[in-house]
Amino acid sequence: MSEIKEPTELPTPKTVEIPETARTLPSGEREFMLDVSTSDLEINMGPQHPATHGVMRILIRTDGEVVTGGQVHLGYLHRCAEKIGENVEWLQYLPYTDRYDYLSAMNNNLGYSLAVEEVMGVEIPRRATMLRTICAELNRIGSHLVAFGTYGLDIGAFTPFFYCFREREWMMALFEKICGARLTYSYIRIGGVFNDAPTGWLKEVERFCDVFEEKWQEYYDLLAVNHIFVKRTADIGVISPEMAVDYGLTGPMLRGSGIDFDLRRDVPYMAYDEISKAGVFDVPVGRGEKGTLGDCWDRVYVRLQEMMESIKIIRWCLGEIEDGPVIGDIPKVLKVPPGEAYVGIENPRGELGHYVLSDGGKVAKRCRVRGPSFCNVAILEALLPGTFLADSVAIIGSTDVVIGETDR
Amino acid sequence: MIHSSLLASSGGNVFSSLLQGVAPEGVPIWAISLGAAFLGVGILVAFVSLVAMFSVWLERKVSAHIQCRYGPMYVGGWHGWAQTIADGVKLLLKEDLIPLGADRPLFMLAPAIVLGAIFGALVALPLAPGFFFADVDMGLFLILAFSSLTTIGVVMAGWASNSKWSLYGAMREAAQVVAYEIPLGVSLFVPLMVAGTFSLTEASAAQSGWFGMHWFIFQNPFMLPAFIIFFIAALAETKRAPFDLPEAESELVAGFMTEYSGIRWSFFFMEEYAAMFLMSAVGTIFFFGGYHSPLTAMFPESATSGVLYQLVCAGTIIVKSFAGVFVMMWLRWTLPRMRIDQVMSMGYKYLTPLALACVLGAAIWETIFTGDSL
Repeated sequence: MSEIKEPTELPTPKTVEIPETARTLPSGEREFMLDVSTSDLEINMGPQHPATHGVMRILIRTDGEVVTGGQVHLGYLHRCAEKIGENVEWLQYLPYTDRYDYLSAMNNNLGYSLAVEEVMGVEIPRRATMLRTICAELNRIGSHLVAFGTYGLDIGAFTPFFYCFREREWMMALFEKICGARLTYSYIRIGGVFNDAPTGWLKEVERFCDVFEEKWQEYYDLLAVNHIFVKRTADIGVISPEMAVDYGLTGPMLRGSGIDFDLRRDVPYMAYDEISKAGVFDVPVGRGEKGTLGDCWDRVYVRLQEMMESIKIIRWCLGEIEDGPVIGDIPKVLKVPPGEAYVGIENPRGELGHYVLSDGGKVAKRCRVRGPSFCNVAILEALLPGTFLADSVAIIGSTDVVIGETDR
Repeated sequence: MIHSSLLASSGGNVFSSLLQGVAPEGVPIWAISLGAAFLGVGILVAFVSLVAMFSVWLERKVSAHIQCRYGPMYVGGWHGWAQTIADGVKLLLKEDLIPLGADRPLFMLAPAIVLGAIFGALVALPLAPGFFFADVDMGLFLILAFSSLTTIGVVMAGWASNSKWSLYGAMREAAQVVAYEIPLGVSLFVPLMVAGTFSLTEASAAQSGWFGMHWFIFQNPFMLPAFIIFFIAALAETKRAPFDLPEAESELVAGFMTEYSGIRWSFFFMEEYAAMFLMSAVGTIFFFGGYHSPLTAMFPESATSGVLYQLVCAGTIIVKSFAGVFVMMWLRWTLPRMRIDQVMSMGYKYLTPLALACVLGAAIWETIFTGDSL
């Protein structure tokens, strides 16, 4: 055992001459500044700041109202999710997946389940696939509603946020009926889903789709084409298509820059192959309608359009769904045969990848998560310099980061 | 001699004549004037507090109903009418917190200046032909001067807080108010030319007539654009959305109010609502007929000095002003916020030249059609 040694000598503090003009603070200290620079101001935006959507800290350097540089500091919400995945049983890890992107917990469940299922090679019942698709797409709508609503808050429009939450409330009520939880569902399990939808649930989903299509127009009219909103978001935070690819952006961030890439269509999983072949949904991409291609407005509008595409997918699934079992043949104590798999799914924020490695035991050998927000947030440092302070808030909002997932 | 000079300085308002009527023999005239002044101040403070409290409640209700909510529903029984009172008591009881690095005297002085300035501005606001705190010849001038004094308080607060966000808010406020003071003042020249006076009581009195046909807004075609410019500039002046950049909560946390809490913070809050009311009242007086309404037009000439008439007039002006306040709230909960450069360019590039054009047009119009030599 090594003893803790007392430091033999303390570093001598630098002596600084206190100028005559120094002010005495109530604590007795003398206050003065050395090398006063008037050009730049360093501001800590966050970890407690309304614009950072959680506990992200952005150290921005400003010259008046103009931001000259920004640095993103992450890790305030780090909960060792991946390490936990290597220490708990396969099924026990599922609730932890809820917690990284808490706005789209269904999709997180789905990503992890698909990865484990690929290692196991288990057959998923048709009804379970349909329920999974419905839930994942409903959750995508809910997540985009939050993204759109809070983006309105960032720009200064309060009311659309409440309208978005009104519909999201209904979505959460639907999830509450099917699995009992409103935010952290753990509904999509390895092998299928937790249980069957209650009687009348599918009818209510259909009604939600009908109502939502009307409400969507409201969001569009109220905020998306509002003159001030367009002025604030068009031509701001432009990500060129090349830049989007270089930074490894995925999801609406990538499509906002005009790159037509959607994992649901291009690397299909579950029944999405069938759905895209049936021509059920389009992949909306940014076209630079209100300004430059790849600006904040394009990203916001891509999210807005994706909600409607999700509605189409849900309607198709409601037509296809038939009676049957909702969970495959899965033992109580899950033992996954040795092997590895990487499955990336189209999360509302981009590609959510799960890499799992099994050595045949009850616990994963390695459980790695590729979070879309984590990858997307990296572009902020390239976008922030040269913008106005208010624009920087608009840009941060348009990346739609969820801090739970960047930090995990 | 004392009598006339003192009365003139206090404007000879309703309070001094009221006190003169009830004062017993032998009370010196200066005591009556002084008493009238104190009474006026007391009533003014009560009036501003009431207006601010009602506006806060109204804002919460308006925003709630716009956003599919109810707003306050419990305190006081009927639709949470006592919510603001409860909040006021809570704010009074909160700890008086001054940050360690703050400039203490300035930090404490800033809310007082802000609130004092708005009180000063409201002094010149007549509510009825015989009900005002001071009838100042240059009433409008006084109001504009006092309401720009609030900016100094805001800048002071932002500087004294020793917070970077506060400083940003203060700088934005200074830039914004300088830009919008010009169109605000210039747009008011248009009704001023028609009224021919800076006095709010006279301007209000000049708009009598059946069912608002003599309201200044209908006087010439340049009145409506002038009013729109005035309203936009007033929004910027009172820091209301879409010009709420000095406090922009999604950007600057709470702007110049970031470090304030408790009753000091509520002073800023009260100022905002009092300023909204004041700006709406000025708009009412110079564009929408002041205290004249179809209701006041129904009074016969002989009854216009009665108390009832005065009350109806005061009610008219308050209702009209709150209509303006309501529109301001409506806009706040509908529109996104503008960016500082957009605010600046709008003020300097569009509103100021437009206001000047309105003045020119109105001057020509008035010369041609009413034959007044300006």
